[in-house]
Amino acid sequence: MPVTAFHAPSSLADALALLAAGGRPVAGGTDLVVELAAAPDGGPPGALVSLHRLAELRSVAVEDGDLVMGAGVTVATLREHPLVREHAPVLAQAADRFAGPQVRNAATLGGNLCHASPAADLAPPLLVLDAVVVLAGGEGGEAERRVPVDAFFVGPRRTARLPGELLTAVRVPLRGGRRASFQKGGTRPSMDISVVSVAASAELRDGVLRHARIALGAVGPTPLRSPAAEAVLEGAPATAATVAAAARAVLRDARPIDDVRASAAYRLHLLGVLAQRVIRDVIDR
Amino acid sequence: MSSTADLDLVVNGERVTAPARPGDTLLDVLRGPLGLTGAKAGCREGECGACTVLLDGLAVNACLTLAWTCAGREVVTVEGLSRDGVLSPVQRAFVDAWAVQCGFCTPGMVLQATALLARNPDPTPEEARRGIEGNLCRCTGYGRIVEAIRAAAAAGRANP
Ligand SMILES: Cc1cc2nc3c(=O)[nH]c(=O)nc-3n(C[C@H](O)[C@H](O)[C@H](O)COP(=O)(O)OP(=O)(O)OC[C@H]3O[C@@H](n4cnc5c(N)ncnc54)[C@H](O)[C@@H]3O)c2cc1C
Ligand code: FES
Ligand code: FES
Repeated sequence: MPVTAFHAPSSLADALALLAAGGRPVAGGTDLVVELAAAPDGGPPGALVSLHRLAELRSVAVEDGDLVMGAGVTVATLREHPLVREHAPVLAQAADRFAGPQVRNAATLGGNLCHASPAADLAPPLLVLDAVVVLAGGEGGEAERRVPVDAFFVGPRRTARLPGELLTAVRVPLRGGRRASFQKGGTRPSMDISVVSVAASAELRDGVLRHARIALGAVGPTPLRSPAAEAVLEGAPATAATVAAAARAVLRDARPIDDVRASAAYRLHLLGVLAQRVIRDVIDR
Repeated sequence: MSSTADLDLVVNGERVTAPARPGDTLLDVLRGPLGLTGAKAGCREGECGACTVLLDGLAVNACLTLAWTCAGREVVTVEGLSRDGVLSPVQRAFVDAWAVQCGFCTPGMVLQATALLARNPDPTPEEARRGIEGNLCRCTGYGRIVEAIRAAAAAGRANP
């Protein structure tokens, strides 16, 4: 995209007006600048609207029973913030396995979700936490609308975000007793786009799993939940047999492809292994 | 701001102005109009860390940072680490530990190590290795770089 202008609004209202006029948001730039460099003249020309001066997008707080994280919160902040570590440790866990320090310092929560790679590492944890994204702008003007993360990813690199809308925050409902875990597989421990990622969460009451969620990355057109595995886990005893059955069920919801990073067959194998690990971790935590 | 305009920022403690286009990266501006070639252009896609600089004290990839997001902010490049010709403790440690071979990764490594030590003055070898997980070196095998980081940490504790 030939960049015709650069704007750095200092208020949300100004940012929304610039987006309404056709500007493209840029947060950390760790996806967008790579894209610009790869095809400097590709696509229609456009203006960039940088979000870096919008302080309201960078806060992390607990509000009305939700952990509310601004879209501009960086992955480095997610990794270390005490409120994230307390209320959504699985998100901090994914942030810890994300890229390297320089990218973590720039990359944002909103950018990860809006870029909507099937391998976006923050997506599986947010899916198992029943997170909701908050959007503003577009037709709705400054009014907000909320979309469950579950319904936000609609296709490869496609989301429910409408033209002119800005993702302003992500809300995670607090739930005492919920345990969650994340695992990512790649070819090396650092700096790798996930070949497969898996997150799981559940409550454990009297040895029985409740509110079970399991979500997968890089094995389908979008990050996705596994209804088959969730059905196996829901109400099941926390036993080795349950873990094995759920890890098998996960494979029914995965539709991996062969690509430069891994074959579909390897992805399925790795998925089975990592699914067992996260479920066991949820049980043992 | 559209087409080329004058970008004001603070580089290595000095206010500077450089012409920048709306889509330019910080790396373009540093290596181009500002003539600071310490930050290297390796991959230009965030993978190698050779372009690492400090932006308001945080290590970032200059190749992924849009120049105009740096307006009015502080950038430190390897050129800004020494004081009156005296190398910084991290630079000194890299020299003393023979942590430099071809030197292409070194400016980025040194800045990343500087950022790491600012937050964690006594990293374990594992923490030092994780600290440079975003920096590639094709020559040294990393062992001496990790040694240099630990030596700089020890020197920093001796002379805080
Ligand atoms: C070396 C390297 C390693 C990486 N490693 C990982 C990894 O381990 N795991 C992983 O998941 N990703 C990884 N990534 C991808 C990238 O860093 C992440 O997707 C990151 O979270 C993107 O955030 P950003 O703020 O940089 O987004 P940007 O590049 O600024 O934006 C990405 C997209 O989202 C849009 N956008 C940004 N913010 C908003 C908003 N608030 N509202 C609406 N639209 C918005 C932009 O218009 C753009 O289309 C890596 C990238 C690099 C270069
Ligand atoms: S040149 Fe920036 S990371 Fe390689
Ligand atoms: S010394 Fe040559 S790349 Fe590190």
